[in-house]
Amino acid sequence: MEATQATPVKYDMEVVRWFTIAAAIYAVVGTLIGVYVASELAWPFLNFDLEYITFGRLRPLHTNAVIFAFGGCVLMATGFYMAQRTGGTKLWSNKMAWFTFWGWNLIIVSAVVTLPLGMTSGKEYAELEWPIDIAIAVVWLSFGLNHIMTVAIRKTSHIYVSNWFTMGMIVMITYLHVVNSLAIPVSLTNSFSIYSGVQDAMIQWWWGHNAVGFYLTGGFLGIMYYFVPKQAGRPVFSYRLSVLHFWALSFGYVWLGAHHLQYTALPDWTGSLGAAVSLAMIIPSWGGAMNGMMTLSGAWDKLRTDYILRFLVVSLAFYAMSTFEGPVMSIKTVNALSHYTDWTVGHVHSGALGWMAMVAYGAMYHMIKKLWGVERMYSESLVNVHFWLATIGTVVYVVAMWVSGIMQGLMWRDYDEYGTLTYTFVESVSAMHPYYAMRAIGGAIFNLGAWIALFNIVMTVRQASALRGTNAVPANA
Amino acid sequence: MSDHDKIYSTKFQDKIERNTLLMFVMTAIAVAIGGIVEIIPLFYLPNTAMCQNDPTCNNTQHKDTQGNVIPMDKIIWNPTTSEHKTLDDWQPGDGVRPYKPLELAGRNVYIREGCFLCHSQMIRPFRDEKDRYGHYSIAEESMYDHTYQWGSKRTGPDLARLAGKYSDEWHRRHLKYPREVVPESVMPNYFWLESKPVNVAETVKTMEVMTIMPFNPVPKTIYTDEVIAGAAAQLEGKTDLDALIAYLQSMGNHVKFEEGVNYRD
Repeated sequence: MEATQATPVKYDMEVVRWFTIAAAIYAVVGTLIGVYVASELAWPFLNFDLEYITFGRLRPLHTNAVIFAFGGCVLMATGFYMAQRTGGTKLWSNKMAWFTFWGWNLIIVSAVVTLPLGMTSGKEYAELEWPIDIAIAVVWLSFGLNHIMTVAIRKTSHIYVSNWFTMGMIVMITYLHVVNSLAIPVSLTNSFSIYSGVQDAMIQWWWGHNAVGFYLTGGFLGIMYYFVPKQAGRPVFSYRLSVLHFWALSFGYVWLGAHHLQYTALPDWTGSLGAAVSLAMIIPSWGGAMNGMMTLSGAWDKLRTDYILRFLVVSLAFYAMSTFEGPVMSIKTVNALSHYTDWTVGHVHSGALGWMAMVAYGAMYHMIKKLWGVERMYSESLVNVHFWLATIGTVVYVVAMWVSGIMQGLMWRDYDEYGTLTYTFVESVSAMHPYYAMRAIGGAIFNLGAWIALFNIVMTVRQASALRGTNAVPANA
Repeated sequence: MSDHDKIYSTKFQDKIERNTLLMFVMTAIAVAIGGIVEIIPLFYLPNTAMCQNDPTCNNTQHKDTQGNVIPMDKIIWNPTTSEHKTLDDWQPGDGVRPYKPLELAGRNVYIREGCFLCHSQMIRPFRDEKDRYGHYSIAEESMYDHTYQWGSKRTGPDLARLAGKYSDEWHRRHLKYPREVVPESVMPNYFWLESKPVNVAETVKTMEVMTIMPFNPVPKTIYTDEVIAGAAAQLEGKTDLDALIAYLQSMGNHVKFEEGVNYRD
């Protein structure tokens, strides 16, 4: 960040623009599918007796769309953006970046086709079948290599903290994806994991939790460390805290997957170890959240007028909340109640909507102004409307799932005075109905915000392009 | 001293931050450790059902109430020591066995339809789960489950001990139109499974693949060439619905659990 250039660097930003627009579109699509599958649980007639849109086939499409399509495009847009701007250099290979863009989008299209057709490996968050898995590995490595080489050719002395987090993500996701996806095919569209039972479960949750830990958390912390200081116009509160945050998270997060398997056939020591490290992770997580928040000290008044900053600050609040909730849920006695219930779903969404999507939108709005060289968005007040819809939608969603999750857990374990189970299972299902409806509404509110963001972004880009046209600059936008 | 040379942390951290390769290597080491510590032992410790070429499964010892070790072939079906020698002769309680062809086809349907997204197959050692579902699940019971199906969410009930709880006819009606049997259910209708013939070739191929798995393959003494060759005949004329029901009816009755035995140590 210290780079001072005699002549301004000409960055490779076209690919970043495309990734950003793609992210805005995938956010709408991904959350829309989410609202639909949530509605299927509240009103099962919505399955419409069509095999392609049953809950079991659409739910993986929802998770893949929000994590890998929306999240992936945000991470790649910001990854390339931050590596160039913090290093004062162009991309190592602009051509390879375009390969990454088209490759990644092709993978997303293949997911949209194969998942509703029932082509799945049967592993949560890693459902795509083996030919697509190979494509993911290739495209991911093209992103990783390009990012790391761009960092390597930087003009600055030190590597900026955001790039540490992105590099950590690149390395870990490569490990996880390769090890977890090892399978023997029976056809082009079907394969079976080389592991079974206990080993497969542990490897799956090592993947599952670290996709959260390094992709949805680490990668987005990189975003936080660049865009919060930029938007606030102040340096990161504490450099040393960011060093601690990075290394503690990189070393520690990896251990947490086992807490998804408390009281299962996995040996107890593994789950206990996972829970112990989970609790320890509160310290670096909160340290990082504080680091982001305190970056605003002396600039808190900006929250009144800067709607983008609102996204960033609220995302940190959700980050702090979720990184407290998670360790609590990993404790065995709490997990005994929360596991298998909607509480887990609520926890994931307070992270995914409240933290990840909010920080992503903050970064996207910031980037769009820079990328298209405009002073303000098409409508700043629509940014504010989006902010409130996103916040309220997330809260409604999470509260619904807290209530339904804890209620499920309590109903399942309740005994009457004769020492028999008070409730049949299906009584717990019907008790969930109002909360499933409420969850769908919360998701719909969030989705509405995503539509508004997309509209605002498209209008901003159109205005910028029109402006450029009148100035007779070649329209290579 | 210019600002660029000042060290704000430690010398080593400063060195890492100036060197991309060093940063890459240090990160690669830091993120590898947790996984190595938690995963690799599961391939070598007892009670993780890692049984290939080792009938003791890394010296797993379940002890009865007198403290005597229960022979592993009471837990995991071994056709050479069991009085029931073939998959077709196998009886509930003989021990964990691989799936019969039709069940395996049903398992493919189960995975394809994403059943694991709403149903778990892992009963925890709690009083209420015992009363509701049955004995807690043990590692051996999923040792042949390549792509495990423990699940992580119970939108519907656990299915680990479903075998024999309901009749085939109940399952047929319930799978086709769940709300005709259970009005409060939120499960999709699966009547269309009845018009899909079982994918015979893929099921036979699945059996072959299960025997060449690097970890816990199905022994060739169970999936013999004869069994695999005879699979097609068993699958002929069956639908995906028949297969799924066969799979559901195979779940959880393999091991005869003794009262008072701790199967988790």
